[in-house]
Amino acid sequence: MESLYAITTGVLTACGLYLVLRSRTFPVVVGLTLLSYAVNLFLFSMGGLTTDGAALINGAKEYADPLPQALVLTAIVIGFAMTAFVVILAMRARSEAGNDHVDGRKHEAGEGRR
Amino acid sequence: MTLMWIALLPLAGMLVPMVTASHGRRICSLATAVLPTLALLLMLAQLPALSSGEALRATVGWIPSLGLELAFRLDGLSVLFNLLILGIGLLILLYAHFYLSAEEPFGRFYAYLILFMASMVGIVMADNLILLWLYWELTSLSSFLLIGFWSHRSDARKGARMALTVTGAGGLALLAGLLLLGDMVGSYAMDDVLAGGEAILADPRYPVMLALVLLGAFTKSAQFPFQFWLPHAMAAPTPVSAYLHSATMVKAGIFLMARLHPAIAGSELWSVVVSLIGMATMLYGAWFALLKTDLKGILAFSTVSHLGLITVLLGIGSPMAVLAALFHILNHASFKAALFMSAGIIDHEAGTRELARLGGLRKAMPVTALLTSVAGAAMAGVPLLNGFISKEMFFTETLETPVLAGLSWLLPVLAALGGILSVAYSLRLVHAVFFKPAKEDPPHTPHEPPWLMRAPVALLVALCVIVGLVPVLAEGLLGLAVEAVLGAPLDFHLAVWHGLNLPLAMSALALVAGITAYRRHADLRHFHRGFSPVDARLVFEAALQCLGRWSEHGLKRFEGGSLQRYMSWLLFASLLMGSLGLARISGLTGPQGNQPIDGVVLLGAALLVFGGIATAVTHRFRLISLIMLSVVGLVVALTFARFSAPDLALTQLSVEVVTMILLMLALFFLPQKTPTESSNRRNLRDVVLASSLGLVVASLNYAVLTRDNSPISGFFLENSIPGGGGHNVVNVILVDFRGFDTLGEITVLALAGLAIFKLLNRLRLFMPHSDSEGRLWAPDRYPAVLTSISMALLPLALLVSAFIFLRGHNEPGGGFIAGLVTAVALILLYMARGVEWSQERLDFPYQPVAVAGVGIATLTGLGSWLFGYPFLTSSFGHFHLPLIGEFELATAMLFDLGVYLAVVGATLMILANLGKVTTVHRPAKEPTPEVDASPQRPRKETT
Repeated sequence: MESLYAITTGVLTACGLYLVLRSRTFPVVVGLTLLSYAVNLFLFSMGGLTTDGAALINGAKEYADPLPQALVLTAIVIGFAMTAFVVILAMRARSEAGNDHVDGRKHEAGEGRR
Repeated sequence: MTLMWIALLPLAGMLVPMVTASHGRRICSLATAVLPTLALLLMLAQLPALSSGEALRATVGWIPSLGLELAFRLDGLSVLFNLLILGIGLLILLYAHFYLSAEEPFGRFYAYLILFMASMVGIVMADNLILLWLYWELTSLSSFLLIGFWSHRSDARKGARMALTVTGAGGLALLAGLLLLGDMVGSYAMDDVLAGGEAILADPRYPVMLALVLLGAFTKSAQFPFQFWLPHAMAAPTPVSAYLHSATMVKAGIFLMARLHPAIAGSELWSVVVSLIGMATMLYGAWFALLKTDLKGILAFSTVSHLGLITVLLGIGSPMAVLAALFHILNHASFKAALFMSAGIIDHEAGTRELARLGGLRKAMPVTALLTSVAGAAMAGVPLLNGFISKEMFFTETLETPVLAGLSWLLPVLAALGGILSVAYSLRLVHAVFFKPAKEDPPHTPHEPPWLMRAPVALLVALCVIVGLVPVLAEGLLGLAVEAVLGAPLDFHLAVWHGLNLPLAMSALALVAGITAYRRHADLRHFHRGFSPVDARLVFEAALQCLGRWSEHGLKRFEGGSLQRYMSWLLFASLLMGSLGLARISGLTGPQGNQPIDGVVLLGAALLVFGGIATAVTHRFRLISLIMLSVVGLVVALTFARFSAPDLALTQLSVEVVTMILLMLALFFLPQKTPTESSNRRNLRDVVLASSLGLVVASLNYAVLTRDNSPISGFFLENSIPGGGGHNVVNVILVDFRGFDTLGEITVLALAGLAIFKLLNRLRLFMPHSDSEGRLWAPDRYPAVLTSISMALLPLALLVSAFIFLRGHNEPGGGFIAGLVTAVALILLYMARGVEWSQERLDFPYQPVAVAGVGIATLTGLGSWLFGYPFLTSSFGHFHLPLIGEFELATAMLFDLGVYLAVVGATLMILANLGKVTTVHRPAKEPTPEVDASPQRPRKETT
């Protein structure tokens, strides 16, 4: 199960990073979101993968590690705030620069190469 | 405490001229002199206490964690230098009073001068390496201001910049060297460093440290090959040259070598490097002093030469050599300051400093001629003057030193050569100005200066003569200084006459040969003309420009203004670091191994992998990509649920909803398709880079997962109920154990909301009236089904969020999730009924809600102070409520309420404000072309 989990994290990271390297803002934002999923999964797994052991104290024998969960919970919400900020920055940049290139280029040099 | 005053009075004195400048020059000059005089007197009052040989100290803590203290010491060496700095400084002040013309901003000039004086005093009194360095840099800065004082002149600006560049770069090297030195000893306190000589010499880093420290000293003291800045610094007003370049600034490097002598000087390396560099400097400076035709140029190069001489002595490093070095520092400062001031007087009264236009001045200014001749003779080393005695000692030391072993004859030979040149240029200086008939008339008719302007020169020359005749007078001061350097008293006796010996023969030879050399001066000049002239300034500027071009070029490779390039460098670097880290662990699979896989997990993983890859592959069709992203988000939520994290699953689920709404809204304003831009090569590079990093992350994750982790969470599990009064440990951690983190986090959330609110302010966007395929938006803006469902859903959703909020402490839930659920419910209303309709009914701004949330959370934290507990300490009690059952009221609940409000406020601030942009001026048909230069056209895909 651990190997499967790790592979999944790796694939999500790779896809997110590929998108982050694109030249237009929207794919970069999508890539960041994907990357934050991967990072959250990664951080979450630092406490180990526990089945049926939610950290609700009820006399059970084994609990999942609550600390990474608490950290990831805040990370999810912060991640949303960050995504929102970046995407609205992208909108603003498009309105100022007239295009949605990540460098805000006036002339879209690559467009002729379609 | 007196020590503090000595060190800090001059610094305070910097303000005096600025305040008094408006009261006229006389008052300003007098007032400026008060504080340095006071410092000088205070220091002299300390002399009796010093006679025991023990240094006086005063220390105030500054940044103890960095080993930095405001620590000052006063020992013989500091006294010697302080006498020069403060004494000559005061003379210079008097001289400058007459030198500067009335129009010049003398207040500013005095302020710079005193600042410089204060920083020099700081250097010689610093009892801490870092403090010493700070003052060292301060001298570089203040000398920059002084050299460039006549900032309307290009040569002054260039000279100042060159001096700053060279000494500043040296200062950085010195900092590195001093940090190394402090690290070797384990302390930056001067006493520890001076006592740590053996440990320092044995340290393998010694050569590096020595090179760095010497770089600092050599640049400051204009030693070869850094001598070039000093002649160009002569663009400064003459009082500055007289002060900085005879007595103080250039002596700082010498001082440093003397101060650190016990700690770093004991090696072969030191002797060879320092004495040879000093010798090269001495000869180089002397040769050019003989050829220069500008009075101050001659003095500048002769200064370089004499600094070289002192450096040679410090390099030789025997007790008598150190004594000779200190003695020569004193002598050089007196005759060189006198000569510089005379040069300034001549310049001032005759209007030029060119030898060709001067001559025969002894008739016009007989007193100045006498004073200058005596000072020049002292520089040449004529018997019965102070320069003779220290030069004699110099010859003796070069004869006796074992440095250079088999080549030991080299030093005396070169020293004698230096002596010859020194006689020649001193003679030339005096003879050409005062005795030789002039070729042309000077611009002004020369005459004697006011006697007060001449007084400092006379005083210094008198010192030269007195010390030359009765050297015993200097013994007390030198004894203290040499004891401070060597750490033990030295038994010595200064005398004019040592009998007929080799050094005396060398002196005689120098005199005779020097006079001959001057007589044959024309031949020397002819010989020199055979070399192509090198202008140090041009070379320096060219080197600087070359450096600038290089770094620009290098920088462009990394920082070309392309985000993609930054990202790829960043990712490449992390790939490298990650792989290096992975390569060092033993085996990928740890001892814990794998748990068995079941079907549900397999399905989830497959969905995640599919969703991720599909998002990346379809990224050019943005809507599809977004849908694929939402698949990933949902399965991530399920993953959290599967691995025992119900809180995370709930949070992820509700965040997923708001994220998707947000991205959909944003997509409305952005192009809906991405043009194909990247070349195949770029694509391949990105795929390779991203997948390699993915592999590294996967391996890392796997390696961690299969190893035994010993978490610190046991504490939280055990203390959740007794300490936080809650069964849901995750929630208790959020609102209690690590409440401070959460407080920070909701603050960030609220800030992001405010920033977005600001970003959306007056945002003008093109709004398409159709999608990318040219289909018009649906005419039915608010579908009836959605409207009615959302109306029915709202109270239910609010109820659910209240439920989730209340039970959060014991069951999955809490402020975060409840806030998100509330926000989603309200957003749904907005979507179903439009902004206008909703705004009428939800008539309150969201910004205050978010701010209030953060406020409540902070106040809850502060509340615990009222009861004498640390910030964010919680307390709780159990209550019973009909229907809901047993629940508890904890202050943590109040904190959670803050979290709830902050989340609701921030989320709505983001989404509702963005939504408002979409609906306010929505065009019926026509796009508004003036907003977007390239209006969205339905594009036909060709790929």
